[in-house]
This record gives sequence, structure tokens and C-alpha cells, in this order.
Amino acid sequence: MKLKLHVNGAKHTVEVAPMKRLLDTLREDLALTGTKEGCGEGECGACTVLIDGAAVNACLVPTCQVEGAEVRTVEGLASDGRLHRLQRAFLDNGAAQCGICTPGMMMAALALPKKSSLEQIRAGLAGNLCRCTGYMKIYDAVAQFLAGEKR
Amino acid sequence: MIAAADLTVQRPRTLKQALQLLRDASAENQPLTPMAGGTDLFVTLNMGQRPSARYLDLWAIEKLRGVEATGKRGLVFGALATYTDCIESKAVHKRLPILVDAARQVGGVQIQNRGTLAGNIENGSPAADGVPVLMAADATVVLRSIDGERRVPLAAYYHGYRKTERRADELIVAVEVEVPDGTQRFDKVGTRAAQAISKVVMAAVGHRLAFGSVAPTVVRARALEAYVEAGGRDVAEAQRLALEDARPIDDVRSTAEYRRRVVANLVAAWLGGLDKPPRTR
Repeated sequence: MKLKLHVNGAKHTVEVAPMKRLLDTLREDLALTGTKEGCGEGECGACTVLIDGAAVNACLVPTCQVEGAEVRTVEGLASDGRLHRLQRAFLDNGAAQCGICTPGMMMAALALPKKSSLEQIRAGLAGNLCRCTGYMKIYDAVAQFLAGEKR
Repeated sequence: MIAAADLTVQRPRTLKQALQLLRDASAENQPLTPMAGGTDLFVTLNMGQRPSARYLDLWAIEKLRGVEATGKRGLVFGALATYTDCIESKAVHKRLPILVDAARQVGGVQIQNRGTLAGNIENGSPAADGVPVLMAADATVVLRSIDGERRVPLAAYYHGYRKTERRADELIVAVEVEVPDGTQRFDKVGTRAAQAISKVVMAAVGHRLAFGSVAPTVVRARALEAYVEAGGRDVAEAQRLALEDARPIDDVRSTAEYRRRVVANLVAAWLGGLDKPPRTR
């Protein structure tokens, strides 16, 4: 089935099975491999992308359901070779180690309200698991990013 | 990867189209499986199982979205009302705050954004966190077919493990709650607060009490409710009566023995707070 998708501000028409997972369509049909597969159960958040600004697990979304919606992936962060401020904050704070959770972690962070407290950051990222860096550096990075957003 | 090419999906734009598709498919004995946010379905598919090859995607039916407040204590949840909708609804905060508690623990934000109450009900998992809350609040499931509507109390909706009252040509179009008076309480006991499927869930509204993860379906604790209704307050007796309805088993998440202990402890805690004034927010 031909589906029209809107990803990172660009329009695409893909020929995919309607029940193909958004995760697979992004990675295989659009070559956007920044979005990772972790658990496949909606628990680890590695595949987090934004649909109309809301964080979702791309491993649990059929591609047909995002027709007409705005999808944003980690590839949509940097522009013209310049890092997004959130990516810069992750670098500055040493908030990535193996990197598998990082794209999902950043996409979930982008969906947080601008004035999130530490508690809200923790709750907002509860659906994203990190197995190496630990969470404190990630929270620090997100807090630094959000602090900049307030200005 | 899932074998998506083997799965068909119909994508109606209106409720009427959806109901007609359900009717036609069921008349041909090729029933369609309704799909909302996909959070349960795709976990199953990702595990290599295929509960059905034919799906009915409801996600585009705008009419089924949202939460509405009715009258002084009513709430109507559309079939596509998500856990995030519950968390963001002022009326839910005010009238059924324990549903907000449950919604916040149902999974990460990603799951809250896509998981629906109606999907949680229809999927029939005994471990569903939102269902005990709705059952303790005497919720009614509104089923509609092309011929008309019927209302079934949620407490009578399950016939067994993942077996529900819904006929193949029917759809849950809404869940209605007229929130009863009384203290509300929600307890989820699991490995961690978010992201973990429950070992035991207890939800209470006044004298109404429901448990998750302790039987083949979410259950009401009828024997205990009758005892408390009649003025009974003995803790040991209450615990004994709770375990008439809560009959846990050993499984991957916990043991029957541990769950019985947790049920007993939760009942004691609930009983202790029962005659105190309801909490306010």
C-alpha cells in the first residue's frame, strides 16, 4: 500500500504493508536508522519518536496510523551540520555511553514540558531505559537543555 | 520485524463504516479485530504471535476520542480515550483521581500516549492497571453494533481469561462511569512503579473493591464488600473474605503465596482508612 508520510519536515511516499511497524518503515524504507529497536515490548523506549509532538514507541505503531501526522526522529535534530541544543547538552554532560538509548532518550526529552522539574523529567523519561551511563548525567543534560529553553 | 505483509487492516473514517465492516466480516465468519493504539497488540505481534490476521483500525475515528464530564459525577470515556487523556482531564482528577494514579503507572509516557482504556478492557488482561479502577467505580461498557447499543456492567464483562461479552459485530464505543461516593484508593504492587506489569493491583471506591493480577480476570471482591457493607471491620475476617475472590496463581511475575500476602496487607490498609474522610485534591 502507498502511504504518504511526513517525517522531519519532508514528505515521503512509501510502498509498505499498512501494518508494518513505523520503526521498520523508518529504518528500512526511509533509511533513518537513528531510531533503535530495543525490547519490542514498549518498555525500553529505544525506538521513541514523536508523532505530532507526542512521544510514542515506534515498535508498537503501525505505519498506516501515522499517515497525515508529523513524525520526528533523532535525524530531525541536527541541521546544516550543527548539533541541536539538546544533543550539545548530552555531549557536555557525558550523557551517552553505548548510545543505544540516546536517540529515544532525546526524543522523549523533547516532549517534556519546558518548565519541567527534576521529578517531571524523571517521570517523563521513565519509559526510557539506560543500561550504562546511568540516569543522573542524562537528567543533568535534559535539565540543562530545558533551562536554556526557558530563556 | 513482524510479518506485516500477512496482516490486513481496514481503516474506516466513521463509526458507521466501522460497525458495517464488523457486521459484514462477522457475517462471513471472518471477524475483524479492533485496533486502537496498538500497545498490547504490537507487543504480541513482536513476540511472533498472531492473534488475528484481520484488523479494524479505529484510530482515525475522531468521534471516539476524548473524555467528557456529565452531570455531577459522571465521566464518559470514548473508545479512543488514552491514559494521557485521563491524566490531562480536570474532571477525571476531580471525580476519579485514582484513575489518574493508575494512568501514570500504566507504562512510560509513550504507552500512556497510545494505550486506551477501552483497549485495555477488551484485551482482557487480568493485569491491566486501569481496569480495577473502573470496575471498583461501577463502570459500564457501551457496546454498539449496526443495529443498536447495549450497556454491560464492567463487573459482568468478563466470562473467563481474555473472554469478553463483546460479540464479533460489536465495538466498545464508550465507557461510562457514575463515580460512587466514598474514599478512593489505588495500590499497584510490582517490581517498579512504571514499566512493570503488576503483581497485584487493588482499587477501591467506597465499599467497592476490585483486584487485578489475582484471578483469570480482574475481579470484584464481592464477599468482602458485603461484609464491609454490613458493618464488618474485623481485619482477619476481611482478609479471609478477600481471598475468596482473589485466587492468585504462580506465574512469571510472582507467586501465589506472595500475592495472597500482598492482598491481605492491602485489605488491612484499606480497611484502616475506610471510615476516614475522603481525600481531596
